[in-house]
Amino acid sequence: MAQSINDTQEELIAEFDLFEDWADKYEYLIDLGKKLPAMSEEWKTEENVIKGCQSRVWLHAEREGELVHFLADSEAVIVKGLISMLIRVLSGHTASEILAADLYFIDRIGMSQHLAQTRSNGLLAMVKQMKNYALAFSAQQ
Amino acid sequence: MGSLMDISKIRADFPVLDQQVNGSPLIYFDNAATTQKPKTVIDALSHYYQFDNANIHRGLHTLAERATTAYELTRTKVRDFLHAPSSDQIIFTSGTTAGINLVAQTFGRSTFKAGDKILISNLEHHSNIVPWQMIAQETGAIIEVIPVDETGVLDLAAFEKQLDSRVKLVAVNHVSNAIGTINPIAKIISLAHAKGAKVLIDGAQSVAHIEIDVQALDMDFFVFSAHKLFGPTGVGILYGKRELLDAMPPYQGGGEMIKEVSFSGTTYNELPYKFEAGTPNIADVIAFGAAIDYVKSYGTGELMKQEQALLAYATDKLASIPGLRIVGTAPDKIAVISYVVEGIHPQDLGVLLDKFGVAIRTGHHCAQPLMQRYGLVGTCRVSFAFYNTTEEIDRFMVALERSIRMLG
Repeated sequence: MAQSINDTQEELIAEFDLFEDWADKYEYLIDLGKKLPAMSEEWKTEENVIKGCQSRVWLHAEREGELVHFLADSEAVIVKGLISMLIRVLSGHTASEILAADLYFIDRIGMSQHLAQTRSNGLLAMVKQMKNYALAFSAQQ
Repeated sequence: MGSLMDISKIRADFPVLDQQVNGSPLIYFDNAATTQKPKTVIDALSHYYQFDNANIHRGLHTLAERATTAYELTRTKVRDFLHAPSSDQIIFTSGTTAGINLVAQTFGRSTFKAGDKILISNLEHHSNIVPWQMIAQETGAIIEVIPVDETGVLDLAAFEKQLDSRVKLVAVNHVSNAIGTINPIAKIISLAHAKGAKVLIDGAQSVAHIEIDVQALDMDFFVFSAHKLFGPTGVGILYGKRELLDAMPPYQGGGEMIKEVSFSGTTYNELPYKFEAGTPNIADVIAFGAAIDYVKSYGTGELMKQEQALLAYATDKLASIPGLRIVGTAPDKIAVISYVVEGIHPQDLGVLLDKFGVAIRTGHHCAQPLMQRYGLVGTCRVSFAFYNTTEEIDRFMVALERSIRMLG
């Protein structure tokens, strides 16, 4: 069984604790973004675009039995880094686990500024869309 | 910089500039979005609420009189600032957007017929596109777009061909917010007038940099926002020729804009009150008067000189960065530089520069048709005011080069 959502959050917090200044943290985040596997072009549809982002962000979800898997991509690498962490934390869990998740790691790794409404990079929109997918899947069950 | 202006004294006039952002001294290069406010403006706002707050024009008491006098004084200051013939042709609005919508919904609605043409340019901000699309849809008028070349200069030869007797209005910005081009409005106005078309000039990006003389330029309509001229947000100006304003029907109904109201009918007030329904933004209008005084104490020309030196300095520095391309290289520009860096999304640069304490703008700058013209999703934009310095540009360059390395 996959580790819990909170275990993964703790893992990310520990990783970011290795870096002292913001620049090192962002270099790590950029690195995560670059390593996010490319999304197949077939999923980069208008339907999968998350609205309200300054860069285009695509998010697709699939179900495998009880579990929800996310695929995502963005034109901006920092956004990709943020998505990559969200996928690592939420992907492979059940819809009800995803809906119940409290994503406290974002604040703890010093990225809470990306949750502000004024930041049109859409971290908030991404989290909402991931939970929307989970809600839709749980309604189908 | 070869200027007589004492930059440290000027910076001390703008309290917001003196702060740390994310651990670094703030570098504010987003002046095209909004300018910072001198202390005199902040004080005027605070003074009004502390001592003079009252509703204007109707009250008989002392506070109402003080508030009314101060409010109307700003109108005369704007008249002088624009070299307008009279202060009743100065209409207070909530901003440039509101002014354009007012003209579209009154002048446009009463003038445009099916098949009439509205000419706008490829350089426009959405606020000088959408209000025309809305009224075009209602009236059957047609919108045509004046093309722009690769450098960001309007194609006046094409414009001349587009101008025919069906053109009722030409609506163009004086200066492009996205790439800084200064448009030849004197030429545009005279060509349009020769064909019997009226002209609306969106001065949002020019008023803080270029001396405006609405009579010398024979302007029909001129609109701008106070907050881009070191004044408060929520105040805008619409200047119009008297015969046009007189002929235009009222916009919004309510108090202030009426002469007499009965259930059998209502007669409307005279200019400018005909277009100022409801209690206006009294405090911010009064504080805007202080902003005009501040700008006049230096003179728009002096501010522009300082900014042009910053523009030249930063353009040279930016051009030296490999992979960086400046978007918009018109010979006449205000101190706005839009740029893209190969392989890097503008948003990523904006996020990192903010971490270095540098405020720039990234994205489409509310000018998506212009971005489409150049095949871009967006740009990074730095825009200077006279309180910026070459030292800030040097520090910005260090932050930019470091950000590019981090993203590369």
